Amino acid sequence: MITLKINGLPVAVEAGSTILEAAQFLGFPIPTLCHMEGLSPYGACRLCVVEIGEGPRARLVTSCTYPAEEGLVVRTASARVVRARRMVIELLLASCPQSRTIQDLASAHGVHQQRFRQEHEDCILCGRCVRMCEEQMMAKAIGFQGRGERRTIGTPFNEPSAQCRQCGGCIYVCPACQLRCTYNEPDKAICGACANLPAPCLEKEGAADMLCYMSPCVACEIKR
Amino acid sequence: MSLAFSERARAEIDRLLARYPTRGAATLPVLRVAEREFGGIDDDVMVLVADTLDLSPAQVRGVFSFYTHLRRPGWGKYVLQVCATLSCALRGCEGLADHLEARLGIRAGQTTPDRRFTLLKVECLARCGESPVLQVNDDMYVNVTPAKADAILESLP
Repeated sequence: MITLKINGLPVAVEAGSTILEAAQFLGFPIPTLCHMEGLSPYGACRLCVVEIGEGPRARLVTSCTYPAEEGLVVRTASARVVRARRMVIELLLASCPQSRTIQDLASAHGVHQQRFRQEHEDCILCGRCVRMCEEQMMAKAIGFQGRGERRTIGTPFNEPSAQCRQCGGCIYVCPACQLRCTYNEPDKAICGACANLPAPCLEKEGAADMLCYMSPCVACEIKR
Repeated sequence: MSLAFSERARAEIDRLLARYPTRGAATLPVLRVAEREFGGIDDDVMVLVADTLDLSPAQVRGVFSFYTHLRRPGWGKYVLQVCATLSCALRGCEGLADHLEARLGIRAGQTTPDRRFTLLKVECLARCGESPVLQVNDDMYVNVTPAKADAILESLP
């Protein structure tokens, strides 16, 4: 066991856990976006920042990637943390103003203004779908491409990927576009992207063996 | 797919693979070998590299498109990379890029009709303290003014 201090409270957590896991286990809320249980930590969204250390050596780190260390002093909701988190949310909101998840985060954290130009992107590059595809679906069909402001996520060469089994897992875990999955309620559909996905299990043999994460599943709804 | 590495390239790849803990870790050096072998890396070469390293094309594509120093087929003899990231932007790389575009008569991302120059605006070239930075093939030039860029281009054989 490792002993550390979270928000002034001396606690003990299992060796090998991250600050985020420790804090969540003990009931200190830390908002997350790119983090997902079952996927490797990635530290992309910066929403889970916490302050560690004391005095002039205090610094902000992403709690999802920082391992809990012996004697560490962590503050999960100091003024500096809250300020940083609000800024992150404001920036995320500017890039994906239509995302329900991000709107809810903004509301919950009192972000009432937006000082940045709205980009109306449909992706915040959190990499959840890429990790889902690689680590849980064992497909590696999608990946990042490009760099800087031209960075996007997609299949290689922007063609349908031979590795893709169209399980829909990438869309299911996406925090920015989860409403895509409501094609069976056309009024709520935002982009209709899933309407372009061929139904994964209708025409194939052995549908029961497929890894399908679509919920509700378009194909299954139709079959019923 | 008819594309394949030559015997010599295969031997070099095997030698490279022995130096890395996983096959995926050798992606960049193997892309270098592929670049020399095929004179540039296009989509088919990326698929070949992926097959060689037991990776998915998406992963090789991700690595290839992140870096700017691997050649695409069809690029000119000299590849001019103008850094367009923050530090260089603050020190006037836009003016440098505009000057090169006007001088060569092409836009960033294009190649001159005589295949001599390809002009690219790229992400950080890691010499922020001496910006603006211009990279010509593998040579880096720092504190580049339009006049200095002219002198560099004229000195090229």
